[in-house]
Amino acid sequence: MSEYQRWRREAYEPFARRTPERPVPFESLSGLPVEPLYTPEDLPGWSYGEKLGYPGEYPFTRGVYPTMYRGRLWTMRMFAGFGRPEDTNARFKYLLAQGQTGLSTAFDMPALMGYDADHPRARGEVGREGVSISTLDDFERLFADIPLGDVTTSMTINCTASVALAMYLALAEKQGVAWDRVGGTMQNDMLKEFIAQKEWICPPEPAVRIVTDMIEFTSKHVPRFNPVSISGYHIREAGSTAIQELAFTLADGLAYVEAALARGLDIDSFAPRLSFFFDVHNDFFEEIAKLRAGRRMWARFMKERYGATKPESMRLRTHTQTAGVSATAQQPLNNVARVALQALAAVLGGAQSLHTNSYDETWALPTEEAVTVALRTQQIVAEETGVALTIDPLGGAYFLERLTDQMEAAALEYIRTIDAMGGMIRAIDTGYPQKEIADAAYRYQRMEDRGEKVVVGVNKYVMKEERPISYLRIDEAVELEQVERVRRFKASRPMATVEKRLKQLADACRENRNVMPVLIEAVKDYVSLGEISDVYRQVFGLYREPIIF
Amino acid sequence: MTADRTVRVVVAKPGLDGHDRGAKIVARALRDAGFEVIYTGLHQTPEQIVATAIQEDADAIGLSVLSGAHNYLFKRVLELLREKGAEDIVVFGGGIIPPADIAALKATGVKEIFSPGTSTQEIVRFVGEHIRAAV
Repeated sequence: MSEYQRWRREAYEPFARRTPERPVPFESLSGLPVEPLYTPEDLPGWSYGEKLGYPGEYPFTRGVYPTMYRGRLWTMRMFAGFGRPEDTNARFKYLLAQGQTGLSTAFDMPALMGYDADHPRARGEVGREGVSISTLDDFERLFADIPLGDVTTSMTINCTASVALAMYLALAEKQGVAWDRVGGTMQNDMLKEFIAQKEWICPPEPAVRIVTDMIEFTSKHVPRFNPVSISGYHIREAGSTAIQELAFTLADGLAYVEAALARGLDIDSFAPRLSFFFDVHNDFFEEIAKLRAGRRMWARFMKERYGATKPESMRLRTHTQTAGVSATAQQPLNNVARVALQALAAVLGGAQSLHTNSYDETWALPTEEAVTVALRTQQIVAEETGVALTIDPLGGAYFLERLTDQMEAAALEYIRTIDAMGGMIRAIDTGYPQKEIADAAYRYQRMEDRGEKVVVGVNKYVMKEERPISYLRIDEAVELEQVERVRRFKASRPMATVEKRLKQLADACRENRNVMPVLIEAVKDYVSLGEISDVYRQVFGLYREPIIF
Repeated sequence: MTADRTVRVVVAKPGLDGHDRGAKIVARALRDAGFEVIYTGLHQTPEQIVATAIQEDADAIGLSVLSGAHNYLFKRVLELLREKGAEDIVVFGGGIIPPADIAALKATGVKEIFSPGTSTQEIVRFVGEHIRAAV
C-alpha cells in the first residue's frame, strides 16, 4: 500500500465519515476528476527536464522567454472599437494615456463580414460592435496621431484580414514608417471562424490560401508582424471545454503550418511569427495547466513533427482574454472579481498579453469607467501582488503538473482523431468540431440550469431587486453619419482606377499569385473593403455552413 | 390542421452576427421540451427570417442578437410580419441588449427579451405558456 493510500484509508476516510465531503461534483470544468490530494505518487516516472525544462528553453512549459515578467511584464492590451473611426481613435488615445502598452482593434460586423458601411446588409450594424471601416480614409482617421512605428496593434479581423493588413501597411508607408519597423498581430484565423466565431466569406480552402498569402508576405516583408493569431478564445466562448479549446486550437495551427509548408516555405522562416490567443475561464488551475500544456505540445509538434530547428519556431506565444462567457448580467459588479481571478490565472499561466473584460459587457460595449477598472485590475496583478517576481511560481506543484499532463493527453487524443480525418479542414467539412462544441455548450448549460455548476448571482445567491448600472449608448446618428460619409467618399473616387485595381485582384486570385502586393496598391487608391470582398465572393464562391445544433 | 398540433418555433440569427452558442442551446432545449424547432443558421436577413416563418407555418420566432443591432433587426422583423399579415406570429428573443432597449422593444411588440443568465427552463416555460399553435 502506498503512503497516499494509507493516508486516504487511515486519515481521510474516517474523518470524512464524521464530516462528509460537500455534496458537489469534484471535477474540473472540462470534467476531469479532482482528487482530495496530489502527491509525488501522482507523477510516476516524471522527469523535470523532459516535462518542464527551463524558461526560454525546450519544451518551454515554464515560459517562452528566459526572463519572463522579470524582464518585461505582459502587454496590457485592451480590445477597443466602436462608432466612427474618430470615436475609437479617442478611446485608443485614452487607453494609451492610462498606461496601456498595446492597441487592439475591434471592427464592426459589416467590416468583419466584408460589407462597406453603405451596404444594405450593414443596416443597424455600423459601428455597433466595433469600429466602422470601409476604406483607407477610415483607417487614416482610426490611427490619426498614433505613430505606427512606436505601438504594436492587434486587429481582430479574419475573412477581411488581408484588407486590414493592406490598409495598415499602406498607412505605415504614408507615415514614413518602414515595414520592418511595423509590429502587430492580425487575428486572421479562418479555421476557428468555421468552427466557432462564424464570420466568413468563402469556403475553407480559399480562405486558408489567403491566410497563407499573408504568412508568406509578412515573413518576407514585415518581419515583426504576427500574420495569424491562432485562436482558442472563440472556440471556448462558443461553449467548448478547456481540453477542446486546447486541442482544436493546436489542430488549427498545424493546418496553417501544413499549408505554409505546401507553399514551399521553410518551417523556420514563418513559425516564429505564428502567435496564439487563448481564453482564460473560471477553473483557475485548469486554465493555468492548459497554457502550460499548450506550450509543451506546440514545441514538440514543431520540433518533432516538422523538424523546426530555431527555438523561436517552437515558442507558443499567446495573447489571453478573460472569459466573456463567464460574465453575468446579474449583479454585474461581481464580474470584477471573476476578471481579477482569471487575469491572475493568465499571468500564472505565462501569457504574453492580456485583455481583461469589463464588468458591464453582458449589457453593452463597456463604458470608459468599466474599461478603466479592467485595466487597473491587470496593473494590480502586475505591481501589487508579487506574482510577477518569479517565473512559473506554481511549477512543480503536484496537482498542477498532474493536470498539465492530463490536459496534454486529452488534447492529443482529439488531435489524433482530427489527424485521422485528414486534418482540420476535412474535420470542419464533416462538422466534427462544430458538433463537439455544440454538445459541450448544451451539457454545460444543463448543468448550470440544474444548479450543478454554481454561477454566483444567477443560480445561487440571487437578488430579486438589482441596482441598474449605467452603460454605453451609441447614438443612432453615428451610423447615419458614417454611412453618408462613406457613400460620398466612395463616389468621389476615379472609378476607372478602382475597376482596374479590382481586375488586378481578381486575376491574382485566379492565377494563384499572392494577393498582398495587389491589395496594398488597391487600398492606396481607396478601393474599399466591400469591393475587395466582392471579388473574393465572385472568384471563390460563398461558404454555406452545415446546420448543426 | 388540428388544434393540438405541436407549437412550431423558428430560432433565427438575424444580421451579420456569428455568436450562435445561445441560439443553438435554445433551439435544442425547445426541441428537447417537445416543441418543433426550425433553426435558420447564421447571417439571415429579416426578409429571409419572415419568409421562413411564414413558409414553415411557425407560431413564434426567437431572435438572437449579440451584435448591438437589435433595435433595427427586431423592429424590421415585426414590420415585415405586419406587412405580410402574419402579426399573429409571436416574436421573442435574447442577447446582449441593454435594459432601456428591452423596454422599448417590448413596447413595439416584442413579447419577451431574455438576458444572459436566463435558464433554458425559463425559456421553455415562456414558450409553453405564451405561444399557442395556430389553427
